[in-house]
Amino acid sequence: MVSDKYRSIEDAIARVKPGSRIMVGSFGLAGYPEELIEALAASGTGDLTIISNDLGTPGVGLGKLLTNNQIRSLIGTYYNWNPEVAAANNEGRISVKLIPQGTFAEAIRAAGVGIPAFFTPTGAGTDLAAGKETREFAGRACVLEESIHADVALIKAYKADELGNLVYYKTARNFNPVMAMAADTVIAEVEEIVPVGSLDPECIVTPHIYVDVLTMRKS
Amino acid sequence: MQAILEQQAKERIASVIARHFDSEAQNGRLFINLGVGIPTMVANYVTSPNIYVQAENGMLGVGCPAPEGQMDHDLINAGRTCVTETPGCVYMDSAASFGMIRGGHVDATVIGAFEVDQKANIANWIIPNGKQLGVGGAMDLVTGAREVVIAMQHTSKNGKPKLVKGCTLPITGIGEADIVVTEYAVFVFEGGRLVLKEIAPEITVDELRGITDAEFDLSPDLHLMSL
Repeated sequence: MVSDKYRSIEDAIARVKPGSRIMVGSFGLAGYPEELIEALAASGTGDLTIISNDLGTPGVGLGKLLTNNQIRSLIGTYYNWNPEVAAANNEGRISVKLIPQGTFAEAIRAAGVGIPAFFTPTGAGTDLAAGKETREFAGRACVLEESIHADVALIKAYKADELGNLVYYKTARNFNPVMAMAADTVIAEVEEIVPVGSLDPECIVTPHIYVDVLTMRKS
Repeated sequence: MQAILEQQAKERIASVIARHFDSEAQNGRLFINLGVGIPTMVANYVTSPNIYVQAENGMLGVGCPAPEGQMDHDLINAGRTCVTETPGCVYMDSAASFGMIRGGHVDATVIGAFEVDQKANIANWIIPNGKQLGVGGAMDLVTGAREVVIAMQHTSKNGKPKLVKGCTLPITGIGEADIVVTEYAVFVFEGGRLVLKEIAPEITVDELRGITDAEFDLSPDLHLMSL
Protein backbone atom coordinates (compact mmCIF):
# COMPACT_ATOMS: atom_id res chain seq x y z
CA MET A 1 0.00 0.00 0.00
CA VAL A 2 1.47 3.30 -1.17
CA SER A 3 -0.50 6.29 0.01
CA ASP A 4 1.08 9.60 0.96
CA LYS A 5 -2.13 10.35 2.88
CA TYR A 6 -1.81 7.36 5.19
CA ARG A 7 -1.21 8.05 8.90
CA SER A 8 -1.64 5.98 12.04
CA ILE A 9 -4.84 6.58 14.02
CA GLU A 10 -2.78 8.34 16.74
CA ASP A 11 -0.92 10.62 14.31
CA ALA A 12 -4.16 11.48 12.56
CA ILE A 13 -6.01 12.39 15.75
CA ALA A 14 -3.09 14.60 16.87
CA ARG A 15 -4.38 17.05 14.25
CA VAL A 16 -7.36 17.78 16.48
CA LYS A 17 -6.42 20.77 18.64
CA PRO A 18 -8.19 21.93 21.82
CA GLY A 19 -11.10 24.25 21.03
CA SER A 20 -11.61 22.89 17.50
CA ARG A 21 -14.88 22.46 15.67
CA ILE A 22 -15.05 18.77 14.78
CA MET A 23 -17.55 17.13 12.45
CA VAL A 24 -18.17 13.44 12.94
CA GLY A 25 -20.12 11.19 10.61
CA SER A 26 -22.65 8.91 12.31
CA PHE A 27 -26.26 7.94 12.72
CA GLY A 28 -26.55 6.29 16.11
CA LEU A 29 -23.67 3.86 16.08
CA ALA A 30 -23.81 3.27 12.31
CA GLY A 31 -21.01 4.74 10.24
CA TYR A 32 -18.97 6.46 12.90
CA PRO A 33 -15.16 6.41 12.88
CA GLU A 34 -14.86 4.26 15.96
CA GLU A 35 -11.10 4.06 16.30
CA LEU A 36 -10.58 7.79 15.67
CA ILE A 37 -13.15 8.56 18.38
CA GLU A 38 -11.49 6.10 20.77
CA ALA A 39 -8.17 7.84 20.12
CA LEU A 40 -9.74 11.29 20.56
CA ALA A 41 -11.22 10.17 23.89
CA ALA A 42 -7.83 8.77 24.96
CA SER A 43 -6.06 12.00 23.95
CA GLY A 44 -8.17 14.02 26.39
CA THR A 45 -8.24 16.97 23.93
CA GLY A 46 -10.93 19.28 25.26
CA ASP A 47 -13.07 22.35 24.72
CA LEU A 48 -14.41 20.78 21.52
CA THR A 49 -17.44 21.68 19.47
CA ILE A 50 -18.84 18.45 18.08
CA ILE A 51 -20.98 18.67 14.96
CA SER A 52 -22.78 15.36 14.51
CA ASN A 53 -26.31 14.02 14.11
CA ASP A 54 -26.39 12.58 17.63
CA LEU A 55 -24.03 11.65 20.41
CA GLY A 56 -24.25 7.86 20.43
CA THR A 57 -25.28 6.41 23.76
CA PRO A 58 -23.89 7.20 27.23
CA GLY A 59 -20.22 6.31 27.44
CA VAL A 60 -20.23 4.68 23.99
CA GLY A 61 -18.87 6.15 20.76
CA LEU A 62 -19.18 9.92 20.76
CA GLY A 63 -20.90 9.62 24.13
CA LYS A 64 -17.46 8.93 25.59
CA LEU A 65 -16.31 12.48 24.79
CA LEU A 66 -19.14 13.90 26.90
CA THR A 67 -18.52 11.49 29.75
CA ASN A 68 -14.84 12.64 29.62
CA ASN A 69 -15.84 16.35 29.73
CA GLN A 70 -14.10 17.05 26.40
CA ILE A 71 -17.09 18.87 24.90
CA ARG A 72 -17.91 22.58 25.14
CA SER A 73 -20.73 22.68 22.64
CA LEU A 74 -22.80 20.50 20.35
CA ILE A 75 -24.43 21.20 17.02
CA GLY A 76 -26.73 18.41 15.90
CA THR A 77 -30.24 17.04 15.55
CA TYR A 78 -31.10 14.26 17.97
CA TYR A 79 -29.77 13.60 21.46
CA ASN A 80 -32.64 11.51 22.87
CA TRP A 81 -30.49 8.37 22.57
CA ASN A 82 -28.02 9.89 25.03
CA PRO A 83 -29.78 11.42 28.08
CA GLU A 84 -26.42 12.68 29.39
CA VAL A 85 -26.64 15.44 26.77
CA ALA A 86 -29.85 16.98 28.15
CA ALA A 87 -28.47 16.64 31.70
CA ALA A 88 -25.19 18.39 30.80
CA ASN A 89 -27.12 21.09 28.96
CA ASN A 90 -29.45 21.65 31.94
CA GLU A 91 -26.47 21.98 34.26
CA GLY A 92 -24.87 24.51 31.89
CA ARG A 93 -21.81 22.32 31.33
CA ILE A 94 -22.30 22.38 27.55
CA SER A 95 -24.31 24.39 25.04
CA VAL A 96 -26.47 22.61 22.48
CA LYS A 97 -27.74 23.91 19.15
CA LEU A 98 -30.54 21.77 17.71
CA ILE A 99 -31.18 21.85 13.97
CA PRO A 100 -33.71 19.83 11.94
CA GLN A 101 -31.89 16.86 10.46
CA GLY A 102 -32.43 17.72 6.80
CA THR A 103 -31.39 21.31 7.39
CA PHE A 104 -28.32 20.08 9.27
CA ALA A 105 -27.28 17.82 6.36
CA GLU A 106 -27.94 20.56 3.81
CA ALA A 107 -26.07 23.20 5.85
CA ILE A 108 -23.01 20.96 5.88
CA ARG A 109 -23.36 20.25 2.16
CA ALA A 110 -23.75 24.00 1.55
CA ALA A 111 -20.48 24.75 3.35
CA GLY A 112 -18.79 22.16 1.15
CA VAL A 113 -20.10 23.65 -2.08
CA GLY A 114 -19.55 27.32 -1.31
CA ILE A 115 -23.10 28.37 -0.41
CA PRO A 116 -23.01 30.54 2.75
CA ALA A 117 -26.73 30.29 3.52
CA PHE A 118 -30.04 29.11 2.07
CA PHE A 119 -33.78 29.37 2.65
CA THR A 120 -35.75 26.25 3.57
CA PRO A 121 -39.40 25.69 4.51
CA THR A 122 -38.40 23.20 7.21
CA GLY A 123 -39.01 24.51 10.71
CA ALA A 124 -40.74 27.75 9.69
CA GLY A 125 -42.90 29.00 12.53
CA THR A 126 -41.42 26.58 15.07
CA ASP A 127 -39.25 27.23 18.12
CA LEU A 128 -36.18 26.13 16.13
CA ALA A 129 -36.66 29.08 13.74
CA ALA A 130 -36.75 31.62 16.59
CA GLY A 131 -34.39 34.51 15.88
CA LYS A 132 -33.79 33.44 12.27
CA GLU A 133 -34.81 35.52 9.27
CA THR A 134 -37.99 34.22 7.61
CA ARG A 135 -39.10 35.10 4.11
CA GLU A 136 -41.95 33.95 1.89
CA PHE A 137 -41.27 32.19 -1.42
CA ALA A 138 -44.23 31.15 -3.60
CA GLY A 139 -46.51 31.77 -0.63
CA ARG A 140 -44.52 29.54 1.69
CA ALA A 141 -42.64 30.74 4.77
CA CYS A 142 -38.95 29.82 4.63
CA VAL A 143 -36.17 30.12 7.20
CA LEU A 144 -32.68 31.43 6.46
CA GLU A 145 -30.14 28.83 7.55
CA GLU A 146 -26.39 29.35 7.54
CA SER A 147 -23.96 26.74 6.29
CA ILE A 148 -21.94 24.71 8.81
CA HIS A 149 -18.19 24.35 8.42
CA ALA A 150 -15.63 22.62 10.65
CA ASP A 151 -11.92 22.65 11.34
CA VAL A 152 -11.67 18.88 11.11
CA ALA A 153 -14.04 16.20 9.83
CA LEU A 154 -13.67 12.67 11.14
CA ILE A 155 -15.43 10.38 8.75
CA LYS A 156 -15.96 6.67 8.24
CA ALA A 157 -15.82 5.01 4.84
CA TYR A 158 -15.67 1.38 3.76
CA LYS A 159 -12.76 1.46 1.32
CA ALA A 160 -10.31 4.03 0.04
CA ASP A 161 -7.89 3.80 -2.83
CA GLU A 162 -4.35 5.11 -2.30
CA LEU A 163 -5.36 8.54 -3.63
CA GLY A 164 -8.17 8.83 -1.08
CA ASN A 165 -11.22 8.13 -3.24
CA LEU A 166 -13.89 6.71 -0.95
CA VAL A 167 -16.74 4.23 -1.15
CA TYR A 168 -19.20 3.57 1.65
CA TYR A 169 -21.17 0.67 3.08
CA LYS A 170 -24.98 0.64 3.30
CA THR A 171 -26.48 3.06 5.86
CA ALA A 172 -23.04 3.72 7.32
CA ARG A 173 -22.82 6.33 4.57
CA ASN A 174 -25.22 8.83 6.26
CA PHE A 175 -23.52 12.22 6.87
CA ASN A 176 -20.00 11.12 5.94
CA PRO A 177 -19.92 12.22 2.27
CA VAL A 178 -21.19 15.75 3.00
CA MET A 179 -18.89 16.17 5.98
CA ALA A 180 -15.99 15.13 3.76
CA MET A 181 -16.59 18.35 1.80
CA ALA A 182 -17.10 20.75 4.69
CA ALA A 183 -13.93 20.85 6.81
CA ASP A 184 -10.42 22.28 6.51
CA THR A 185 -8.92 18.90 7.31
CA VAL A 186 -10.70 15.65 6.46
CA ILE A 187 -9.57 12.44 8.13
CA ALA A 188 -11.14 9.22 6.88
CA GLU A 189 -11.10 5.95 8.81
CA VAL A 190 -11.45 3.04 6.39
CA GLU A 191 -11.43 -0.75 6.55
CA GLU A 192 -9.12 -1.21 3.62
CA ILE A 193 -6.87 0.84 1.29
CA VAL A 194 -6.73 -0.58 -2.23
CA PRO A 195 -4.49 0.27 -5.21
CA VAL A 196 -5.37 3.23 -7.41
CA GLY A 197 -7.50 2.04 -10.29
CA SER A 198 -9.12 -0.85 -8.45
CA LEU A 199 -12.28 1.05 -7.45
CA ASP A 200 -14.90 1.44 -10.19
CA PRO A 201 -14.79 5.18 -11.03
CA GLU A 202 -18.60 5.10 -11.49
CA CYS A 203 -19.08 3.93 -7.90
CA ILE A 204 -16.77 6.30 -6.04
CA VAL A 205 -18.87 8.52 -3.76
CA THR A 206 -16.25 10.88 -2.34
CA PRO A 207 -13.58 12.07 -4.81
CA HIS A 208 -10.06 12.13 -3.36
CA ILE A 209 -9.74 15.93 -3.68
CA TYR A 210 -11.69 16.20 -0.41
CA VAL A 211 -9.64 13.76 1.66
CA ASP A 212 -6.48 14.83 3.52
CA VAL A 213 -5.64 11.89 5.75
CA LEU A 214 -6.38 8.17 5.53
CA THR A 215 -6.29 5.93 8.56
CA MET A 216 -7.06 2.26 8.73
CA ARG A 217 -8.95 0.38 11.39
CA LYS A 218 -6.74 -1.99 13.30
CA SER A 219 -9.58 -4.42 13.98
CA MET B 1 -68.20 3.17 24.04
CA GLN B 2 -66.17 0.01 24.25
CA ALA B 3 -62.55 0.22 25.32
CA ILE B 4 -59.94 -1.05 22.87
CA LEU B 5 -56.80 -2.63 24.30
CA GLU B 6 -53.54 -0.81 23.53
CA GLN B 7 -51.99 -3.51 21.35
CA GLN B 8 -55.22 -3.97 19.40
CA ALA B 9 -55.46 -0.19 18.97
CA LYS B 10 -51.96 0.02 17.54
CA GLU B 11 -52.49 -2.90 15.16
CA ARG B 12 -55.77 -1.42 13.99
CA ILE B 13 -54.23 2.01 13.31
CA ALA B 14 -51.37 0.44 11.36
CA SER B 15 -53.68 -1.79 9.31
CA VAL B 16 -56.08 1.05 8.46
CA ILE B 17 -53.16 3.16 7.19
CA ALA B 18 -51.76 0.18 5.26
CA ARG B 19 -55.11 -0.27 3.52
CA HIS B 20 -55.08 3.42 2.58
CA PHE B 21 -51.64 3.01 1.01
CA ASP B 22 -52.55 -0.24 -0.75
CA SER B 23 -55.45 1.59 -2.30
CA GLU B 24 -53.29 4.56 -3.37
CA ALA B 25 -50.68 2.20 -4.81
CA GLN B 26 -53.20 0.78 -7.26
CA ASN B 27 -52.50 3.88 -9.35
CA GLY B 28 -48.74 3.40 -9.44
CA ARG B 29 -45.65 3.29 -7.28
CA LEU B 30 -45.92 4.82 -3.83
CA PHE B 31 -42.94 5.99 -1.78
CA ILE B 32 -43.49 6.20 1.97
CA ASN B 33 -41.43 7.08 5.03
CA LEU B 34 -42.37 5.49 8.35
CA GLY B 35 -41.60 6.96 11.77
CA VAL B 36 -40.90 4.90 14.87
CA GLY B 37 -43.64 3.11 16.83
CA ILE B 38 -47.04 2.53 15.22
CA PRO B 39 -45.84 3.98 11.87
CA THR B 40 -43.19 1.25 11.55
CA MET B 41 -45.93 -1.37 12.04
CA VAL B 42 -47.64 -0.15 8.86
CA ALA B 43 -45.02 -2.06 6.86
CA ASN B 44 -46.33 -5.33 8.36
CA TYR B 45 -49.78 -4.78 6.86
CA VAL B 46 -49.20 -3.35 3.39
CA THR B 47 -49.65 -5.91 0.63
CA SER B 48 -49.08 -3.92 -2.58
CA PRO B 49 -45.81 -4.66 -4.39
CA ASN B 50 -45.90 -1.00 -5.55
CA ILE B 51 -44.97 0.38 -2.14
CA TYR B 52 -41.36 1.40 -1.43
CA VAL B 53 -40.21 2.42 2.05
CA GLN B 54 -37.71 5.26 2.41
CA ALA B 55 -35.64 5.75 5.58
CA GLU B 56 -34.29 9.25 6.12
CA ASN B 57 -30.90 7.98 7.27
CA GLY B 58 -30.24 7.21 3.62
CA MET B 59 -32.08 4.23 2.17
CA LEU B 60 -34.84 3.68 -0.38
CA GLY B 61 -36.16 0.13 -0.41
CA VAL B 62 -36.21 -0.80 3.27
CA GLY B 63 -37.19 -4.42 3.87
CA CYS B 64 -38.43 -6.21 6.97
CA PRO B 65 -36.46 -6.18 10.24
CA ALA B 66 -33.35 -8.37 10.09
CA PRO B 67 -33.85 -11.78 11.70
CA GLU B 68 -31.76 -12.76 14.71
CA GLY B 69 -28.29 -13.81 13.57
CA GLN B 70 -28.44 -11.74 10.36
CA MET B 71 -28.23 -8.29 11.90
CA ASP B 72 -25.85 -5.82 10.32
CA HIS B 73 -25.39 -2.76 12.51
CA ASP B 74 -24.48 -0.68 9.48
CA LEU B 75 -27.84 -1.52 7.87
CA ILE B 76 -30.43 0.25 9.99
CA ASN B 77 -33.55 2.34 9.63
CA ALA B 78 -33.99 5.74 11.26
CA GLY B 79 -35.26 4.07 14.43
CA ARG B 80 -31.90 2.22 14.62
CA THR B 81 -33.55 -1.15 13.96
CA CYS B 82 -31.45 -3.53 11.88
CA VAL B 83 -33.36 -4.04 8.65
CA THR B 84 -32.97 -5.88 5.34
CA GLU B 85 -32.71 -4.75 1.73
CA THR B 86 -35.43 -5.19 -0.86
CA PRO B 87 -34.44 -5.90 -4.49
CA GLY B 88 -33.47 -2.60 -6.14
CA CYS B 89 -32.72 -0.95 -2.82
CA VAL B 90 -30.43 2.10 -2.96
CA TYR B 91 -28.38 4.06 -0.45
CA MET B 92 -27.73 7.79 -0.40
CA ASP B 93 -26.12 10.32 1.91
CA SER B 94 -28.23 12.25 4.43
CA ALA B 95 -28.36 15.45 2.35
CA ALA B 96 -29.60 13.53 -0.70
CA SER B 97 -32.07 11.62 1.47
CA PHE B 98 -33.57 14.80 2.91
CA GLY B 99 -33.43 16.39 -0.53
CA MET B 100 -35.69 13.54 -1.67
CA ILE B 101 -38.04 14.30 1.23
CA ARG B 102 -37.98 18.10 1.12
CA GLY B 103 -38.17 18.07 -2.66
CA GLY B 104 -41.59 16.42 -2.50
CA HIS B 105 -40.54 13.11 -4.04
CA VAL B 106 -41.69 11.05 -1.06
CA ASP B 107 -45.45 10.55 -1.35
CA ALA B 108 -46.31 10.12 2.28
CA THR B 109 -44.88 10.06 5.77
CA VAL B 110 -46.49 8.33 8.73
CA ILE B 111 -45.61 9.81 12.08
CA GLY B 112 -46.81 9.67 15.65
CA ALA B 113 -47.84 12.80 17.52
CA PHE B 114 -48.36 14.10 21.04
CA GLU B 115 -51.01 16.51 19.77
CA VAL B 116 -52.67 17.47 16.50
CA ASP B 117 -54.96 20.48 16.43
CA GLN B 118 -57.98 21.41 14.33
CA LYS B 119 -55.82 23.69 12.18
CA ALA B 120 -53.66 20.69 11.15
CA ASN B 121 -50.74 21.79 13.32
CA ILE B 122 -48.64 18.91 14.63
CA ALA B 123 -46.72 18.68 17.90
CA ASN B 124 -44.55 15.58 17.95
CA TRP B 125 -40.94 16.47 18.62
CA ILE B 126 -40.55 17.48 22.23
CA ILE B 127 -42.27 17.56 25.60
CA PRO B 128 -40.37 20.31 27.39
CA ASN B 129 -39.39 18.50 30.57
CA GLY B 130 -35.64 18.92 30.36
CA LYS B 131 -35.09 15.23 29.65
CA GLN B 132 -35.32 15.30 25.86
CA LEU B 133 -33.19 17.17 23.39
CA GLY B 134 -33.81 16.09 19.85
CA VAL B 135 -35.77 16.93 16.74
CA GLY B 136 -34.31 14.49 14.21
CA GLY B 137 -36.04 14.55 10.85
CA ALA B 138 -39.56 15.28 12.12
CA MET B 139 -39.75 18.87 10.86
CA ASP B 140 -38.26 18.02 7.47
CA LEU B 141 -40.66 15.10 7.02
CA VAL B 142 -43.87 17.00 7.82
CA THR B 143 -42.77 19.88 5.60
CA GLY B 144 -41.54 17.79 2.68
CA ALA B 145 -43.72 14.70 2.31
CA ARG B 146 -46.71 15.28 0.06
CA GLU B 147 -49.11 13.59 2.49
CA VAL B 148 -48.64 13.59 6.25
CA VAL B 149 -50.47 10.75 7.99
CA ILE B 150 -50.71 10.92 11.77
CA ALA B 151 -50.84 7.53 13.51
CA MET B 152 -51.74 7.92 17.15
CA GLN B 153 -53.99 6.55 19.85
CA HIS B 154 -57.02 8.75 20.31
CA THR B 155 -56.18 9.79 23.86
CA SER B 156 -53.00 9.97 25.94
CA LYS B 157 -52.15 7.39 28.58
CA ASN B 158 -53.99 9.62 31.11
CA GLY B 159 -57.08 9.68 28.90
CA LYS B 160 -56.57 13.24 27.64
CA PRO B 161 -57.61 14.05 24.06
CA LYS B 162 -54.70 14.27 21.62
CA LEU B 163 -56.84 15.90 18.92
CA VAL B 164 -57.08 19.38 20.38
CA LYS B 165 -58.33 22.88 19.51
CA GLY B 166 -54.82 24.31 19.62
CA CYS B 167 -51.51 22.55 20.26
CA THR B 168 -50.08 23.33 23.68
CA LEU B 169 -46.71 21.65 23.03
CA PRO B 170 -44.02 23.05 20.69
CA ILE B 171 -45.12 22.44 17.13
CA THR B 172 -43.30 20.46 14.46
CA GLY B 173 -45.05 22.05 11.49
CA ILE B 174 -47.84 24.51 10.80
CA GLY B 175 -50.91 23.15 9.02
CA GLU B 176 -49.05 20.10 7.77
CA ALA B 177 -51.32 17.21 8.88
CA ASP B 178 -53.46 15.65 6.13
CA ILE B 179 -54.92 12.50 7.68
CA VAL B 180 -55.29 11.40 11.31
CA VAL B 181 -55.89 7.75 12.08
CA THR B 182 -56.72 6.59 15.60
CA GLU B 183 -58.22 3.35 16.87
CA TYR B 184 -61.64 5.04 16.89
CA ALA B 185 -61.66 7.18 13.78
CA VAL B 186 -60.18 8.37 10.51
CA PHE B 187 -60.14 12.13 9.97
CA VAL B 188 -58.95 14.17 7.02
CA PHE B 189 -58.25 17.89 6.75
CA GLU B 190 -60.37 19.33 3.95
CA GLY B 191 -60.54 23.04 3.18
CA GLY B 192 -59.00 23.89 6.52
CA ARG B 193 -61.57 21.83 8.46
CA LEU B 194 -61.15 18.57 10.34
CA VAL B 195 -63.60 16.07 8.84
CA LEU B 196 -64.60 12.67 10.27
CA LYS B 197 -64.51 10.06 7.48
CA GLU B 198 -64.64 6.73 9.31
CA ILE B 199 -65.72 5.70 12.78
CA ALA B 200 -65.05 2.49 14.67
CA PRO B 201 -67.93 0.16 15.57
CA GLU B 202 -67.12 0.48 19.29
CA ILE B 203 -68.09 4.15 19.51
CA THR B 204 -70.85 6.64 18.57
CA VAL B 205 -70.24 10.10 17.13
CA ASP B 206 -71.35 11.70 20.41
CA GLU B 207 -68.98 9.50 22.38
CA LEU B 208 -66.21 10.38 19.92
CA ARG B 209 -66.84 14.08 20.52
CA GLY B 210 -66.50 13.34 24.24
CA ILE B 211 -62.90 12.17 23.80
CA THR B 212 -61.98 14.74 21.14
CA ASP B 213 -61.18 18.33 22.09
CA ALA B 214 -60.88 19.49 18.45
CA GLU B 215 -64.04 20.50 16.59
CA PHE B 216 -64.80 18.36 13.58
CA ASP B 217 -67.39 18.04 10.80
CA LEU B 218 -69.01 14.84 9.62
CA SER B 219 -68.23 13.76 6.10
CA PRO B 220 -71.30 13.28 3.88
CA ASP B 221 -70.01 9.76 3.25
CA LEU B 222 -69.12 9.00 6.86
CA HIS B 223 -68.93 5.23 7.23
CA LEU B 224 -67.86 2.52 9.63
CA MET B 225 -64.17 1.72 9.73
CA SER B 226 -63.81 -1.52 7.83
CA LEU B 227 -61.79 -3.82 10.05
